[in-house]
Amino acid sequence: MIEAQILQLFQWFWNLFGLWDWVWGTFGFVWPVVWTLVKIVIIVAPIMLGVAYLTYVERKVLGYMQDRLGPNRVGYYGLLQPIADGLKLLMKEIIIPTGSNKFLFMLAPVLCIAPALAAWAVVPFAQGLVLANVNAGMLYILTMTSLGIYGIIIAGWSSNSKYAFLGAIRSAAQIVSYELAMGFALVTVLLAAQSMNLVDIVQGQQKGFGLLGWYFIPLFPMFVVYFIAGVAETNRAPFDLAEDESVIVAGFHTEYSGMGFALFFLGEYANMILIAALTSIFFLGGWLSPLPQAWVPTAPGVGLLLGNGIHWMLAKMSFVLFLFLWLRATFPRYRYDQLMRLGWKVLIPLTLVWVVVVAAWMQTPFWMW
Amino acid sequence: MIGIETVVFFLFAALSVFAAVRVITARNPVHAALFLVLAFFSMAGIWLLLEAEFLAITLVLVYVGAVMVLFLFVVMMLDIDLVQLREGFWRWFPFGVVLAVAMVGEMVWVLGGRQTAETGANIAKHAADYSNTKELGRLIYTDYAYPFELAAVLLLIAIVAAIALTLRHRRTAKKQDPSKQVLVKSADRLRIVSVTSSKKVSATDGAKTDQVKS
Repeated sequence: MIEAQILQLFQWFWNLFGLWDWVWGTFGFVWPVVWTLVKIVIIVAPIMLGVAYLTYVERKVLGYMQDRLGPNRVGYYGLLQPIADGLKLLMKEIIIPTGSNKFLFMLAPVLCIAPALAAWAVVPFAQGLVLANVNAGMLYILTMTSLGIYGIIIAGWSSNSKYAFLGAIRSAAQIVSYELAMGFALVTVLLAAQSMNLVDIVQGQQKGFGLLGWYFIPLFPMFVVYFIAGVAETNRAPFDLAEDESVIVAGFHTEYSGMGFALFFLGEYANMILIAALTSIFFLGGWLSPLPQAWVPTAPGVGLLLGNGIHWMLAKMSFVLFLFLWLRATFPRYRYDQLMRLGWKVLIPLTLVWVVVVAAWMQTPFWMW
Repeated sequence: MIGIETVVFFLFAALSVFAAVRVITARNPVHAALFLVLAFFSMAGIWLLLEAEFLAITLVLVYVGAVMVLFLFVVMMLDIDLVQLREGFWRWFPFGVVLAVAMVGEMVWVLGGRQTAETGANIAKHAADYSNTKELGRLIYTDYAYPFELAAVLLLIAIVAAIALTLRHRRTAKKQDPSKQVLVKSADRLRIVSVTSSKKVSATDGAKTDQVKS
C-alpha cells in the first residue's frame, strides 16, 4: 500500500521530465530489491537506536536500584552517554593477537550480530507491519537464535587464549542446553495457536476478552520457562557464565577491543530486545490491547491509544526488558553446575509435562483459548 | 533468458560443491568443520528453492544449530597432529580407491538412470498460502505413522545406548544434592556451646576459648 504510494510519487516526479516509462523500463527490475532494503533499514535502524538506549537505561536502572545516579554527565540526565560510548569504541585501536587465527577472529563478531538482526525479518510489530510473513516463522526464529552461538565459539577458539576458550565452551554448552527448554516451551504455544506463523499466533490471542485471552494464562509455566531460557540464551546475568569476570576475565571476548568488542555488545543487546519482542508475541499478545475490543471507545484519540497497535507491542517489550535489568540487579551469578541442573533437571522436564498437559487440556471443553 | 531461480540455484550449487571439497582438503580440522556448516547452508538454500522450507529450516536448526556446534566443541579441544594423520595414507589408499569407485558408480546409476529421468518435468507451484509444514505433519502422522514411530524408537534406543555406554559411576566422585542443601536448617549446621566463664584461665587458655566462641 505504502509501496504503491511511493511508486506513484516517483512516477509523478519522473513524468515532470516525461521519462517515467524509460526509467521504469530500465531500472524497474531492481525495485523489489531496493524496496526490501528500505524495509530492512526501517527495521534495523530503530533496533540499533534501541540497543544504544538500552545500555543507557540499563545503567540508569541499575544505578537507581543500587541507590546511585547512573550516567549523568554527557547531555541532560546523561542522555548522550550511549553516543559518547559508541564514539569512544570507534576511535579505539583494534588489536589482533599475534597467535590468533586472523580471519576467524575478524569474522566472529559479524557472526554474532548477523543472526541477531536476521531474526527480526519475521517479527510482526503490528497488524500488517512485518518484513516477511512466513508460515514457518517460529522455526525460523528458533534457527536464527541457535546460530548466534557460532560467533561466540569462533571468537573463543580463534583468540587462542585460555580464558576466551573457556568462556566459549561454557557458552556453547549453556546455549545448547537451554535451547531445548526454549523449543519445548514454544511447542506449547504452537499447540495453543495451531500455527507457526507469528502473525497468526498473535491473532489467536484475540478472544474478545482482552488480556485474559493471552497465552501467558494457560501457559504460565511455559512463559516463565521461556523467559528464563531467553535470559540464559542471551548470556545475561544471572546466567552470564560465558563472561564470568571474576573467574575468566571477560570470557569469550577477552581479546577483543574497539569495534570488535562493540559488535559483541550490540549483538547481545539486540538479542535481548529480540527475546523481549518474542516473549511479547508468544505470551503477551503482541500488539493487542489488554482491553476487550468491545470496551475500547471509538473517540479518535483515546480509541487509537487504547485499541490494538504498535505502542502496546513496544510497551510489552519495554516491560520484558525491564525484567531483564531487574534480574541482573537482584540475583547473584549461578554456579556452573547449578546452571546445568536448572536447565536439564528442572526446565526440560517441566516443559515436557506441560506439553502433555496442554495437549490433553485442549481436548476438553475447559480449553477457552 | 535465464530465470533468477536458475542463477540462484547455480550459485548455491557451486557454493556447496566448493564447501564440500574444502571439508576434505582443509588442513585445519576447525576450518573443515566450518566449511561443512557452509555446505549445509547452501544445501538449505537449494531446498528452499524446491519449496521445501520446513526441511531447509530444520536442516539449519538441527545440523547447524546443534550437531555442528557439538562437532566444533570436540574438534576444538582435540590436539590433532597432522603428520600422524598422514602416516597411514598409502596403506589405506587402495581401500579408499575401491570405495570411491563404488560411490561414483552408485551415483551414476542413480542420477543417470531411467528412474530419475522424469524429474525434468515441470512441477506445479503451490499457492502462497500453502503450508509445507502442515502438509508434512499431516502425512507423517497419518500415512507414514508407523515408519515415523519406528524411526523415533530407533532414536530413543540410540539415546539410551549413548548414555549407557558413556556413563561411569565413580566411587570417588563428589556430588551435591541440591534438595538437601535447600532443606538445611540452622540447627543442622550451628551448635551453640555455652562456655562457663567462672573458671580461672591463664593467658594461653584464654586465646583458645576465644576461638571456640567465635
